[in-house]
Amino acid sequence: MTDTTKVSRPTGDGISFSEKKGTDIQNHTETANVGMNRDFSDDEVIIGLEIHCQLDTRTKLFCGCSTDYRDDSPNTHVCPICLGLPGSLPRMNKKAIEYALRVGKALNCTILEESEFSRKNYFYPDLNKGFQITQYDKPLAVKGHLDIEGDDGEKRVRITRVHVEEDPGRLVHKGGVDRAKYTLVDYNRAGIPLIEIVTEPDFRSPKEARRFLNKLRATLEYLGVFDSEKEGSLRVDANISIQPKGWFDRFGKGKEDRGRVEVKNISSYKGVEKALTFEVTRQKNSLRRGQKLESATRHFVEARGVTTASRSKEMEQDYRYFPEPDLRPLRVSDWADRIVIPELPDARKTRFIEDYCLSPTHAATLTGDWQIAEFYDNLPNDLKTSTATATWVADTLLGELNYRDMTIRGVPLSHFKELLLIRQSGEITEKGAVEVLRSLLDQQKERGTCELPWECIERLGLKVLGCAAPGGKDPVTSAAEEAIAENPQAVADFCKGRSEALNFLVGQVMKKTRGCAKPADVNRVLTGILSRGE
Amino acid sequence: MPGFTVSFHPEDRFFAFLRTVGEISCREGRLSGIPVAVKDNISTAGIETTCASRILEGYIPPYDATVVERLKNEGAAIAGKTNMDEFGMGTTTENSAFGPTRNPVDPSRVPGGSSGGSAAAIAAGLVPLALGTDTGGSIRCPAAFCGIVGLKPTYGRVSRYGLIAYANSLEQIGPMAANVTDANLLMGVIAGHDPRDSTSLDFPYLHTPDPEIRGMRIGVPEEFFGEGVDPRVASVVWEGISLLERKGAEIVTCRMPSMAYALAAYYVTCTSEASSNLARFDGVRYGPPADTKKTWHESFQERRRDGFGEEVRRRIMLGTFTLSSGYYGKYYAKAQAARNQVRADFERLFREVDVLAGPTMPTVAFKFGEKSDPLSMYLSDILTVPANLAGVPAISVPCGRVEGLPVGLQIMGRWMEDERVVDVGYAFEQGVSR
Repeated sequence: MTDTTKVSRPTGDGISFSEKKGTDIQNHTETANVGMNRDFSDDEVIIGLEIHCQLDTRTKLFCGCSTDYRDDSPNTHVCPICLGLPGSLPRMNKKAIEYALRVGKALNCTILEESEFSRKNYFYPDLNKGFQITQYDKPLAVKGHLDIEGDDGEKRVRITRVHVEEDPGRLVHKGGVDRAKYTLVDYNRAGIPLIEIVTEPDFRSPKEARRFLNKLRATLEYLGVFDSEKEGSLRVDANISIQPKGWFDRFGKGKEDRGRVEVKNISSYKGVEKALTFEVTRQKNSLRRGQKLESATRHFVEARGVTTASRSKEMEQDYRYFPEPDLRPLRVSDWADRIVIPELPDARKTRFIEDYCLSPTHAATLTGDWQIAEFYDNLPNDLKTSTATATWVADTLLGELNYRDMTIRGVPLSHFKELLLIRQSGEITEKGAVEVLRSLLDQQKERGTCELPWECIERLGLKVLGCAAPGGKDPVTSAAEEAIAENPQAVADFCKGRSEALNFLVGQVMKKTRGCAKPADVNRVLTGILSRGE
Repeated sequence: MPGFTVSFHPEDRFFAFLRTVGEISCREGRLSGIPVAVKDNISTAGIETTCASRILEGYIPPYDATVVERLKNEGAAIAGKTNMDEFGMGTTTENSAFGPTRNPVDPSRVPGGSSGGSAAAIAAGLVPLALGTDTGGSIRCPAAFCGIVGLKPTYGRVSRYGLIAYANSLEQIGPMAANVTDANLLMGVIAGHDPRDSTSLDFPYLHTPDPEIRGMRIGVPEEFFGEGVDPRVASVVWEGISLLERKGAEIVTCRMPSMAYALAAYYVTCTSEASSNLARFDGVRYGPPADTKKTWHESFQERRRDGFGEEVRRRIMLGTFTLSSGYYGKYYAKAQAARNQVRADFERLFREVDVLAGPTMPTVAFKFGEKSDPLSMYLSDILTVPANLAGVPAISVPCGRVEGLPVGLQIMGRWMEDERVVDVGYAFEQGVSR
């Protein structure tokens, strides 16, 4: 770390970075801690992530037990191997390695010629063997990257490593951890394959971290190796610190001016941004009060949206890693070369822009989730090339889902395809289509099923009202006649040439037809009657 | 398949068995109705398996080890579980939590260990066949001390699935019997590829012992007759080696300099692995329930302090230390380097000679309590650990006596040449009996 060429960034009050060459780091450390009256706007947030994802294999990492345990009784998806019974031995699930290799390749990593499993030794009641089989100094894949939309445009996030490990069991506290008199252990989860993805500290805001996770999730789902819907399928630890601007880029990891906090136990996408935002505020407040920031481990309490200090003991763990003697080293780089990666979000986005003439924003939204992208890709050609459809799916459908805290999963997509077709045919109005969508989503959320779009349209009476040729009797004409009869003043105003009066009458007709008439029809019919009346 | 029942009610005067199965149902096969004793660290479905430790008292495995499955498939009668040093940690079977086994040749002496129960059961004539396990000599030492035959197979030749691990990278299950022919038969049943053990290799064992050793080159490492080897034992073993020479083998003396590090490399490796393997015994799943009023780490500590014997605690602590950050490089990594040197020494020697021969143990069986300090006990493993470090096969066959106590001749062979060490052992046995 002798690269102290030039510091070109502006520095805050009280900090005087030396512009001279060859100044040692020690000096910086001293000067940097000076001053409570500093201007903290020149600080920057440094974030790195450690992400654990459950690989969506059918069986566990080292045995044949099913991974589909979520709705089942505790300790029913277990065998001598995943219970870690004395004498049992792990047997590698090839599929899990294949999935991890897909991830490694999709994240542009180098697949190591030889990788190795190690034991991470620690005691905990959910850890059935007293150690976790993981990878340590020879991970499956290293040195990759993933491009995201950063705060200042496109950003390349460096991936340090990707490795495979087993999930431990789960502690259960009946009635909550504070009230339970004892702890129960459920080993159904033990042995579920996980990948751990570690990034370099390349994020400069909680938002960037969140965007990375969204992109990563999409990538993993495109690869068919991950199901983000499954409870507990994602867990994130985040490293966060606040450094004087430019400091980190200049001196790098391990030479930070201020302590780094590791936030553990984040288990949702929204939680990551929340936890990190909380930490930024907390750390900035400490700095403002002139406190020194020490390295620490903190836990995220999702329910309260805060991080709390952990016992310092947890930081002093010595995991006594050593190579797992019951598994052979993996030599899979040739295999990795043969694995073909499917189209990933970026490529699909480009294709959506080029083939379907979508705006980059719409294309990004529609390809940001594999299920939505698949849905959109499978729409009839004339639908998916229309901006109206893109808007409807990207804004209306996703907006309504988000409002209900629902995801595209578990929603009968064929219904929505039909609704889109009906909407395009003009048989319901835009407003009517939204009403149907809302009703269907509400039903889906409440009951897990919903009506067919047509049933819903009929029930709500949202079918666009037909309009016969001028002079004929149809609901629109009848409503128009009623409106005219009921509003002589408006008619009079119209006759005086006040065009607002016509808008008022259109409104009245729309009210009478409960929005099911096409505004153009109403306009035409009203003008027809009024001009005849003149 | 028609089944039948065998009764097994031995008069176990030497405490070879921790428990026996009275009525055993068997099927037809190569071992039809033959009672086979199984060391208590090998999992037997429905039969308590404790590794002679308090911490596993009452543990009844829900599954059979692969070797037990193979025995049952060939009609063997699983007669019972034999005594051993707790978790295999010992050279005398004195470290059993349930009391020591006595040597049938001289009940005032130890049977050797850690497979002392299996050796004693054969020496006392209770069973013709037994399974032992060998991490650093645990089959060959008791075979030598009790005057029977014991084979430690090539690492990977016999499945370890179901063997309660002490030191995974070193240990193998192997046959013990009164003679080479029987050991060979048992080896044929238990060996073979097992997909459940990732370290298992696909080399089936289909062998009939052949006593013809004319032209075979037998190396004798000087280090096997060095300091600490009882001269009376050395002389008996030399006589045995000359017998092989008379049968047409060529004897070549050689050197194995890596022996200087072998014992240290062995003890660092086995204690490190053991400290991790035994971590699962925390009172949550095995043994008497832990005190739930205490915090989990207090109750873990209590169960582990009370449940493990002294030698096991010592080795867990040693292994925990050698794997600790800052010490890993000094100990574990160094031990693996030394282990590679031992392997290289064997490879070099095996380019010149077909097998290596020497004593199995530096002395005859100890009196009870004779080896009171752990270090002098560890030193007695010096001649057996090299084969484990290198993963090569080694057999011990009886080759005479010193003051009435058996001495074992050890034959070590090339990787995967278990058949050859069996042949040399057989040739020797035939030569002695003629």
